[in-house]
Amino acid sequence: MATSVEGRTRPAAPGRESGRDPESGRAPDGGRTGRFSGGPARRRAVGLAVTLLALVVSVVLSVAVGANPLPVEAVWRGLWHRDGSEASLIVWSQRVPRTVVGLLVGAALGVAGALIQALTRNPLADPGILGVNAGAGFAVTLGVGVFGLSDITGYVWFAFLGAAAATVLVHLIGSAAGGLVPAVTLVLAGVALGAVLNGFSTFLTLIDPDTFRSIRNWGLGSIARTGVDDALSVAPFLMAGLAIALALAGSFNSIALGDDHAASLGVNVARTRVLGIVAITLLAGGATALTGGIAFVGLMVPHVVRWIVGPDQRWILAGSALAAPVLVLTADALGRVLGRPGEIEVGILTAVIGAPVLIALVRRRKASGL
Amino acid sequence: MTPRRPPRRGAEGELGGVAFGYAVRTLRGPWFSGRVPARGVAVTAVLALLAAASALVAISLGNYLIPVEQVAAILVGGGEEFERMIVLDWRLPVALAAVVFGALLGVGGAIFQSLTRNPLGSPDIIGFDAGSYTGVVITMLVVGTTGYWPVAAASLAGGLATAFVVYVLAYRRGVQGFRLIIVGIAVSAALGSVNAYLITRAEINDAMTVGFWGAGSLTRVSWTSMLPSLVVAALIVVAALLLSRDLRRLELGDDVAVTQGGRPNRARLALMVTGVATVALVTAAAGPIGFVALVAPQLARRVTRSAGAGLCGAAAMGAALLSGAHLLSLLIDRFYRPVPVGLITVCLGGLYLIRLLVRETRRQYGPPR
Repeated sequence: MATSVEGRTRPAAPGRESGRDPESGRAPDGGRTGRFSGGPARRRAVGLAVTLLALVVSVVLSVAVGANPLPVEAVWRGLWHRDGSEASLIVWSQRVPRTVVGLLVGAALGVAGALIQALTRNPLADPGILGVNAGAGFAVTLGVGVFGLSDITGYVWFAFLGAAAATVLVHLIGSAAGGLVPAVTLVLAGVALGAVLNGFSTFLTLIDPDTFRSIRNWGLGSIARTGVDDALSVAPFLMAGLAIALALAGSFNSIALGDDHAASLGVNVARTRVLGIVAITLLAGGATALTGGIAFVGLMVPHVVRWIVGPDQRWILAGSALAAPVLVLTADALGRVLGRPGEIEVGILTAVIGAPVLIALVRRRKASGL
Repeated sequence: MTPRRPPRRGAEGELGGVAFGYAVRTLRGPWFSGRVPARGVAVTAVLALLAAASALVAISLGNYLIPVEQVAAILVGGGEEFERMIVLDWRLPVALAAVVFGALLGVGGAIFQSLTRNPLGSPDIIGFDAGSYTGVVITMLVVGTTGYWPVAAASLAGGLATAFVVYVLAYRRGVQGFRLIIVGIAVSAALGSVNAYLITRAEINDAMTVGFWGAGSLTRVSWTSMLPSLVVAALIVVAALLLSRDLRRLELGDDVAVTQGGRPNRARLALMVTGVATVALVTAAAGPIGFVALVAPQLARRVTRSAGAGLCGAAAMGAALLSGAHLLSLLIDRFYRPVPVGLITVCLGGLYLIRLLVRETRRQYGPPR
């Protein structure tokens, strides 16, 4: 039992965070060379250009592709002439709103993932895996089921409350030994937390099945059911979360060296952590209130971004904000094509895409540079 | 040695010479002799009694209350026609399912926790549950068969396929507990999404039914599914008992197992199939009932205060836990609403898992700063 939760992953010394890698325990920067030649600046410039291009393409796909196979010209005409034709109705009532929601939610989840990875110094962290989305979802269920809220402006506060509670709890477990807790323990604690909270959510939905029939698929994570009004009412919170995250990015670079080093570099560690939790709460809570929680986006995107831009948190956070919507919108468009005549929720596709990424991450010999 | 209950009390009972901090009785009889941990046997017996008692109370509860003594009378052959029908035809299979399935989950959990040498390597964490359920859901909703044998076969196939995939993906110069668990969690998450998708697309209009479907419930159990389950369960238990000696050997490491005359790879394969079969059988009849397999061997180990939980202890603990959870679900039904038993086990078991993790972390890394 002594080594039950993988005691071997304990880092040898503070500051060697990649010591979580069970096998190699090598320094985090080993092996980042290769693939992209040229200096970091050029790599980042190329990465930025490719990401922006992909973002445009995914937005176009999200508007052009759907369960209803409209010809592209019809979509184009419907987009510019709101003449009440079928194409214009579908485009403006369905595809444009979900594209806006996808952009917002994607950016929020990507940045939340990057933040929670930086905050817990855990390469396997994700708001979905660690139970933050489940906390927000449970609180929303509580608001809807017990307090009778039906408007997002009401229950978004519950989502924040739930996300904050879950984030603090996960953070407490993760910092139980000054941040030396193995990655697997934190992930397991999050999975257990998520299972319990989802269980209680299901329990609550039994109170009033009729109310919950409308949001029966809510837990699957979809960007289709949210209107533009709802998205815009939550957008300020998401923007605030993004702003806090970007403002903190520099401090996270220092925190990656360990709390003591960060403090000696003049970073207020406690304040940075509290603000980080606030940002995660705003981002993950807001995104969950809008969609019901989409897992694995916050896991995958920061890793891909880090692979391109290097370990600088400022670039990782900004890159995740741009790259995550690409994943969400593309997965959503894919779900509409694969699920015809219906559609597959984006949360299901990200789980199916994300699980292999998680497996690849634990199979890797070198830990991701955090 | 297996702490198997002796067929007959031995002629001589003495305290064992080597003490592990608990009493061991050595029994010698004409057909059986061996060392029996006294506390283990006593705890197992108490747990079995608890399971039976809560099953008895569970039978008496329902829309039509039947006093417990009346239930006992009916079970031994008395009672009126109407009450006999309620007890024997409707409630007995469900209560029996709680006991038998709980015991099976305990056995499955003990096997996998011992094989992976990790308390968290239980089938519900590493996704075998979800895989079995995928098999069941595909058979029932996509193929459209609800017969017992096709569903049970699909459940077993799904569980075995998942186990294979998880082990292959976690393999990298040996299977490490930590990698196995994360890979299992990932596979479990993907399969869980697929299951949820299939269920929400099915022609089930009643949201309550959907909730019950996904959460693991005993209410659909009847004699038509319980009788074959009992037969298979008996086979699984026999197999597990036959293999328990190999399980002990494997715990010592492959090298030691070989020197003791075991065949580690063959034994491991047989144990894995048996372990998956326990989960698959339960999932086929009741859906995924989470965290019993995780918690039962751990609790049994703590109560018996022995290093290895032992299959019997884990089975008795599992039976007591699931039977108790079933009773709790009936009580909640009486005062509130019907709640699937799987929901109760997930909520309580998940809280136990969090506690376990926090305690282990503190023990290894000291109290929080």
